[in-house]
Amino acid sequence: MATTDHGVTSPTRARIDARTLRQDRWWLSPLTTFVVFSAFVVYATVRAFMGRDYYATPYLSPFYSPCLGDCVEGASDFGQPFAWWPLSAALIILIFPLGFRMTCYYYRKAYYRAFWLSPPACGVAEPHGSYSGETRFPLILQNVHRWFWYAAVLVGLVLTFDTVLAFRPMPAEYAVGDGETSGIHMGLGTLLMIANITFIWLYTLSCHSCRHLVGGRLRHFSKHPVRYRLWTWASRLNESHGKWAWYSLFSVAIVDLYVFLLATGTIQDVRFF
Amino acid sequence: MAYDLKLRVWRGDIEGGELTDYTVEVSEGEVVLDALHRLQATQTGDLAIRWNCKAGKCGSCSAEINGRPRLLCMTRLSDFEPSETITVTPMRTFPVIRDLVTDVSFNYRKARELPYAELGPRDADGKRRMAQVDVERGQEFRKCIECFLCQDVCHVVRDHEDNKQHFAGPRFFIRYAELDMHPLDTHDRRALAQGAAGLGMCNITKCCTEVCPEGIRITDNAIIPMKERVVDRKYDPLVWLGNKIGMRNKDNEGRTEV
Repeated sequence: MATTDHGVTSPTRARIDARTLRQDRWWLSPLTTFVVFSAFVVYATVRAFMGRDYYATPYLSPFYSPCLGDCVEGASDFGQPFAWWPLSAALIILIFPLGFRMTCYYYRKAYYRAFWLSPPACGVAEPHGSYSGETRFPLILQNVHRWFWYAAVLVGLVLTFDTVLAFRPMPAEYAVGDGETSGIHMGLGTLLMIANITFIWLYTLSCHSCRHLVGGRLRHFSKHPVRYRLWTWASRLNESHGKWAWYSLFSVAIVDLYVFLLATGTIQDVRFF
Repeated sequence: MAYDLKLRVWRGDIEGGELTDYTVEVSEGEVVLDALHRLQATQTGDLAIRWNCKAGKCGSCSAEINGRPRLLCMTRLSDFEPSETITVTPMRTFPVIRDLVTDVSFNYRKARELPYAELGPRDADGKRRMAQVDVERGQEFRKCIECFLCQDVCHVVRDHEDNKQHFAGPRFFIRYAELDMHPLDTHDRRALAQGAAGLGMCNITKCCTEVCPEGIRITDNAIIPMKERVVDRKYDPLVWLGNKIGMRNKDNEGRTEV
């Protein structure tokens, strides 16, 4: 059998030809991740570059929030400081949530396994001849995760504001009965936005950098009881960080899709009151 | 109830070897190590296995079962179908000595490169004091039985022999984390962890956590916190600015870089 100068077929290792002797369906998890993440990237890219159908009163797509470019009327709750921006307004803001997720410790695990096969699964040899991990450019930039976390908190606050606005009364032209335009409104979109912002906050607050910053960095919990308490809460959330990452990925896409379908007139908002 | 188990065991040494098929009688409630011991007693008296406590506490019987790093003594035969062939090989990251026994001295070399705790001065009454809440944090890491399954599964060294020189591995990252979280230690190991121990080589794919028989959350509770501590030291401009204008984190006071 041929030996190589690296990996499980190195000269000193037990001579076994197979890259892995695993008999379970180890490829299923990375394959699922690959398909779902790819589908999300394609969908998000198309929607981000579209530059339209992102606002249907009172709902604003999370991909376009805050809408700082030359946005449609009613969408810009924080002004339009980038009104000169010639491309889609989503491109101004998406870098922050995108950067947050790209440098996220959970997503790193998921995409290193599914896209870079490094390794594809535990005990399955990776195909690469050399490996330097996150020690060199560009992967050394993963260390800026906490900066994206700071930005993600701000984006989370904006999306929370959007969710509150989703309770706004509908304009007169949407009225379907007496008194429909007064008081607060709640539709299926409002519910979807509430679910979305819940998952976004669970994902943001369960972040490993958040856990570190609120208390994990300390050497003496005993001297910082409040931060210790915050750390225990963040730690509890952190155990399900991967789950929140998936849920919030789906919820953000579903809210955007719902707004798109409303804005294009494909469906009507399901209104509860 | 006894049945005939089909076992495929790697036999050989550094010169070469192969997977060899055996059939051995086993009983309900037994573990893979029991089957191997019966094989050794009845058919292959020269089969080399390293084992000791048979209770998952000594960390001796690490091997790979159907391609997955596991303790032989903690893998129940009832986890498999009676008709299934169970393949047992030595750990594929370390040099093989013979059959299922490997040379794990790589780990002892890495242990020697790690400076031990250097405690500060004692209190006036000659005692040292730590708060319970500070002590508890490191206890999870003390559960490590040094089976080196995490080192075995880590692709950084498993798939790249040349990285062994520059990479301490997950077992030692939990030691770095434990000492860095130690309330009385005076060493600051962050630069060492990033440099000589190769913390940046880890791409947090969590296989170490998956295989740990003690259930230590190696990645979430040790490696990522150590990575964040390295970020504190080197990649966080707010910390840098705080140090420049005298707003130091007092929790780091009294530590010297090693």
